[in-house]
This record gives sequence, C-alpha cells and structure tokens, in this order.
Amino acid sequence: MRSKIASLLAGVGLSVALASPVSAEGLTIFWAEWDPANYLQELVNEYEAETGVQVTVETTPWSDFQTKTFTELNAKGSAYDMVVGDSQWIGAASEAGHYVDLTDFFNQHKLTEVMAPATVKYYSEYPASSGKYWSIPAEGDAVGWSYRKDWFEDPKEMEAFKAKYGYDLAPPATWAQMRDIAEFFHRPDEKRYGIAIYTDNSYDGLVMGVENAIFSYGGELGDYAGYKVDGIVNSDQNVKAVEMYRELYGFTPPGWAKTFFVENNQAITENLAAMSMNYFAFFPALTNEASNPNAANTGFFANPAGPGGAQFAALGGQGISVISYSENKEESMKFLEWFIKDETQKRWAELGGYTASAKVLESEEFQNATPYNKAFYETMFKVKDFWATPEYAELLIQMNQRLYPYITGGEGTAKDALDALAGDWNETFKKYNRVQ
Amino acid sequence: MATAVLTTLDPKSRAASRGMSDMSIRNLFIIPTIVFLIVFNIFPLLYSLGYSFTDFRASSNAPANFVGLQNYRDLLADPFIWTNFTITAKYVIVSVVGQVVVGFGVALLLNRDIPLKGLLTTLLLLPMMLSMAVVGLFWKLLYDPSFGIINYALGLGTFEWLSNPNMALYAVALTDIWMWSPFVMLLSLAGLSAVPKHLYEAAAIDRAGSLYTFFRITLPLVAPILMIAIIFRTMEAFKTFDLAYILTSQPTTEVISIRLYKMAFQEWQTGMSCALAYIVLIMVLAITNIYVKYLNKVKER
Repeated sequence: MRSKIASLLAGVGLSVALASPVSAEGLTIFWAEWDPANYLQELVNEYEAETGVQVTVETTPWSDFQTKTFTELNAKGSAYDMVVGDSQWIGAASEAGHYVDLTDFFNQHKLTEVMAPATVKYYSEYPASSGKYWSIPAEGDAVGWSYRKDWFEDPKEMEAFKAKYGYDLAPPATWAQMRDIAEFFHRPDEKRYGIAIYTDNSYDGLVMGVENAIFSYGGELGDYAGYKVDGIVNSDQNVKAVEMYRELYGFTPPGWAKTFFVENNQAITENLAAMSMNYFAFFPALTNEASNPNAANTGFFANPAGPGGAQFAALGGQGISVISYSENKEESMKFLEWFIKDETQKRWAELGGYTASAKVLESEEFQNATPYNKAFYETMFKVKDFWATPEYAELLIQMNQRLYPYITGGEGTAKDALDALAGDWNETFKKYNRVQ
Repeated sequence: MATAVLTTLDPKSRAASRGMSDMSIRNLFIIPTIVFLIVFNIFPLLYSLGYSFTDFRASSNAPANFVGLQNYRDLLADPFIWTNFTITAKYVIVSVVGQVVVGFGVALLLNRDIPLKGLLTTLLLLPMMLSMAVVGLFWKLLYDPSFGIINYALGLGTFEWLSNPNMALYAVALTDIWMWSPFVMLLSLAGLSAVPKHLYEAAAIDRAGSLYTFFRITLPLVAPILMIAIIFRTMEAFKTFDLAYILTSQPTTEVISIRLYKMAFQEWQTGMSCALAYIVLIMVLAITNIYVKYLNKVKER
C-alpha cells in the first residue's frame, strides 16, 4: 500500500515538474464563442508546433464577452495575455491603460500598409487620426446579406414580381428594392417571411443593424472628433433610414424581437426568410451542407445603396491587443510578430478566419475561395463604425432605449426617437466634459 | 441568566480531554462566521455606501470625486429609472398574487386523504428545484411562436408571448408563477395540516357553510405561515434578474435589477450603480417591514 502511495506521489510530482515550465510559457487569448475562435485555435496550434509555446484560445458567449473582459481588465487580472476585443472598446481600454501601446510595433512592421486601411482606422487607432495604435487587426468583418437563390430564380415568382413592381426580381441594389422584395416574399399563411434583420437590444445587435441603413442613407451617428451630434444623428436621412428599418421589421418572421446572428442564419436554414442580414463571419456556416440544408440555394450580396447612392456597411470584427497586466508580454509580442507574417495571414484565411491583410484580400486566390469573399473584399473598403469613446457603452444603451420601442413596437415616431437620442448623447458628452 | 442557556462541556468528552473549554469551542464556531459576515457582507455594504456619493468608475484610473447626493438626485429624476420601478412593481404584484392563488389553491386540493399524496406533492415540487437559467431557456422554447408547444396546445397560432411588448412581462411572470407556486404550496400545506380537526367538526355541528369555514377558520389559522411565504416571494420577485434577462429583452421587462446590472457592469458607472443599489435596498427593507408588522399583528390574533 505504502509503495503504491509513494509511486502515485512520485507520478504526480513528475507530471507537475514536467507541466509547470510549459504552462509558464503558455499564452491565453480571450475571445467570444464563435467559429472564428475555433479557426484561431487551429491556427495557434501551428504556432505551438513551430515554437513549443502553447497558446489557448479561451471563449465566452457574445452576450457576456464585454462584461467578462472588462471585469477582468478593471481588476487588473493577468488571466489573459491577449484579447481579441471589439472595435468600440479601444477608447475605454486604451485610456484606462488596459492595452499595451503597440504604436512602435505598428510602425516597425509598417502595419498601416500591410493591413486594409479601414481595419487600421477602426480596430487599431485611437484617438481618431492620432497615429497611436492599440491592436493588430485580426478578424476583419462587416455586415452583408444572404438570400434564397431558389426563391429569387423561380420563374413564377419572377413573373409575378415583375408584374407587381415593374422591374426584374434580383438581389437588391437599393434599400427601396430590398423593401419591395421583402414585401413580395412576406407570406405568413405559407410560413414564409420577407426578411431577417437584427433586433437584439442587449448589446450592439440592433444598433449595428440600423447603422447599415443609416450609413447607406448618407447619414452619420455624429462628428466623432468634435462630439457633435445634434443635427447629425437626428438628420432627415437618418429619420428616413430608421423609418425604413421599422418598415422592414414588419416583414420579419413572428417573434423577431430579440434576434442577432444565430437567429438570422436560422432564417435561411429553416426556410423562414427570403433575405437575411448577417456578418460575413457567419457565412461559412451557410455554405456548409452540414449546417445549412439550403447551402446550394444560398446566395450573397453586399449591403445595398441608399436613395442617394451612398453604400456603406456596419463594421464588425476585432483586433488583437496585448493586456498590460499580462505576465507574458514579451512572449505575446513574439506571437504577434508571427501572426502578422504573410504566410500566417494566408493560412488564417484558409482556415476560415477573415484576414485584414491587404495583400491576401487582394489576391485572386482569396476572392475566388468562397461565394462571398469578393463581396467581403468590396465591403471592407466601405465600412463605418460606432463611437469608440470610453463612454461608448452608455451611448449604446441610450440608442437601444430610444430606438427599440419605435422599431419593434411602433411607439412614437422615428424623428422623436432620434431627437431624444441626440439629447441623451449630448447630456452624456457634457457629463464627461467632451463638450461644453 | 445567559450562562444558563450554555450547557457545559461534558468533562468526559474528547474536546475536554484536549483541554478545550466551553468558551473556546463557542469561539471556534462563532468567530469564523462573524469574520466571514464582516468581510463579505458588512464591509462591502459600507464600502459601496461610500462609493454611492462619488463619481467613481471601476473601468477608469481616474480618482473618485465626492459628489454628495448628486447620484441619488440624478437617479430619482431619471424617467427611465421610474419606468424600471413601475415595471418591477407590476411584476411583483402579478407574480406574487399568482403564486399565492395557485400555491394555496393546490395546497387546499392536496390537504385531504387522496391516494399517492406523497408522490404527487413531490412531483409538484420539481419546478422549484430547477435552476433559474435552465427554466428561462426552456420556457423560451415553450413560448416560441413558430414551434413552441404552448401555442400549439392552446391553438394560438403564432401568438407572440415574448416579442409583444404588452405581453412579455406577463409571460415572464407566468414562468415565475409556474416555478415558485410549489414553494407557497409547501408552506401552505404545512399550515393547513396544523389546523386542529376539532375546529372543523365544531363548525360542521354549527352548520357553518364551507365559505364561512374557510374565511373564519382556515384562512386566519394559515395566515401567519402564508405571510412568511409572501414575504420571501416578494423579496425574491423584487430582485428578479435571471428569468427576465434570459427570456426577453423588451424594454417593458427591464426590471430594476437588469437596469442595475447594465449600469454597473456594461456602463461601469460604479458610483451611480451603488446609489441605485441603495435605493433598491431601502425599498425592499420598507416593503418587508410593512409585511413583518402585519405578520406580528396576525400572530397576535
């Protein structure tokens, strides 16, 4: 018995002795729970094979990704060495000193030229146009649309559509056409509905959905450098854009009031809607027969233009930042040097990640790899984003509070909601002394 | 007199043979509890009271500035907060009344000799043994307008329980009633079985009607224990977070604890959220005090 215990102890001791040096060098990257995080884990396994440094991608559901990250950062915890954080976080995280300043690293590797300009502007630089960088663009992303090719290409449908609206049924080029198509396919009796849009107001789902309309209608959320919002966020274009979003809500499947990327992909896989808004990052699941029975009949198009011809999309995606409280900062920088190499970025794209590397994006190989890569490449050059100031979370909640009742409940008017929002935002900026 | 309550240590016990006195054993049991309470309850309570008078934000490195009653003033003047309180009040009333009616009703039905009474009671208790998050997730499926079993069973077509802003709060309350009525039932059942049988026999001899017997005998005798159930359920309903958070994100279901969570952990307005937490605490204390007063009155009768 005694010898058994002794050998057991020896075994434990040995495994501890063997395990500890590796775990001391191991790196942990924190991200949200979604497919790209799995692709990243596959990518970093190759780093381990090359260098022997183990890298773990730790994830948490999107709904509490922000809360969990900032709880850890505010507590100055060293549990994570790097975080693949949302673009609107850089203001809060850089001003509080949570992120390591990567400006030197950026300049040394000329990343402003290596990465696509929009990704550098929104994922890495804060304050706007300051030349200070806090993260390396990792997962480029923007909103696009998927649609049911078989419904669109059905000759009977095409004939009926032309008779009703006077033009050919095809993927919409404008928001007005998108409205017509949504109305045309909205048939509750047949359990078929027109369109799936984002409506979840617990984080940034609804806001990013509305942004697609606002930006393409030629509107803006405000003057980001001067913190001016009145007359901008409640401009006539924005009122029209929000009214359009409300109208589209009328063509969504029943119960479409707390929906984000999961539900919007389900709208296609479960034969619910003709068109569905979603981030490009979720499109791989739609071309995969295993996760989408309609994969062969699913097509993709870029966010349509507004009445004035402007065409923009809401930016998603994240950059990878080093956390100031990490005990492995040097090791993390070595990892980033490996991550930005052209070969790594190419491999990242092959695995399913959306690289931000301009060279890879521009290559024929990338653009022809999937049915949506070309649309993604085009979209990444016309994206806009939400505020990135440290108080962005309050701005986001205020926008949800003002817009949600109008869009999903039809309370009040778009003009009232946006005027009230301008008032809220002004108050918030006054509170933080951004404006007088 | 207090020493009379303390029984002395048996001199033959193991503790005594190790040289421990009554006092040292008492301290051994009580001191860790007190330390735990002070460190994890009292200290944070006082610390957050301090923060509630500052503009502190846990997300920034800026030092906390004393702002006096500004946070309280801002909160009490914020129409959104008042909406949250109104929603919470509505939720508490609907859900507690529902639980008492259903729970007490089921207890009355069970308070007789029926076969398999024990098994039936145990089965009825199952809902309250589940985790809140699990209940929220599967009721979300039950309520689903496209494939949910509730609409199917009731023939409601695509009735929108959770996305209809006027219905969502009742849908959440309904789930809460389903989950917690068994708790009220259990306490009521204990109260009912303690009512002396001879009172009913006397009432029967006097030819008292069943309604009269219920209001004059059953209810007054069960009232104290029912009151305790109501106090517990009111406090719990006031603090509801999980069910409402998981089931729906309608502004009409944003109860005060959800607003508090967003303020504290999404907006990181630490000072302001401490103030809001204190306002909620004072309200819960006031409501429970009213109940406790009433409970004492009921007991005196």
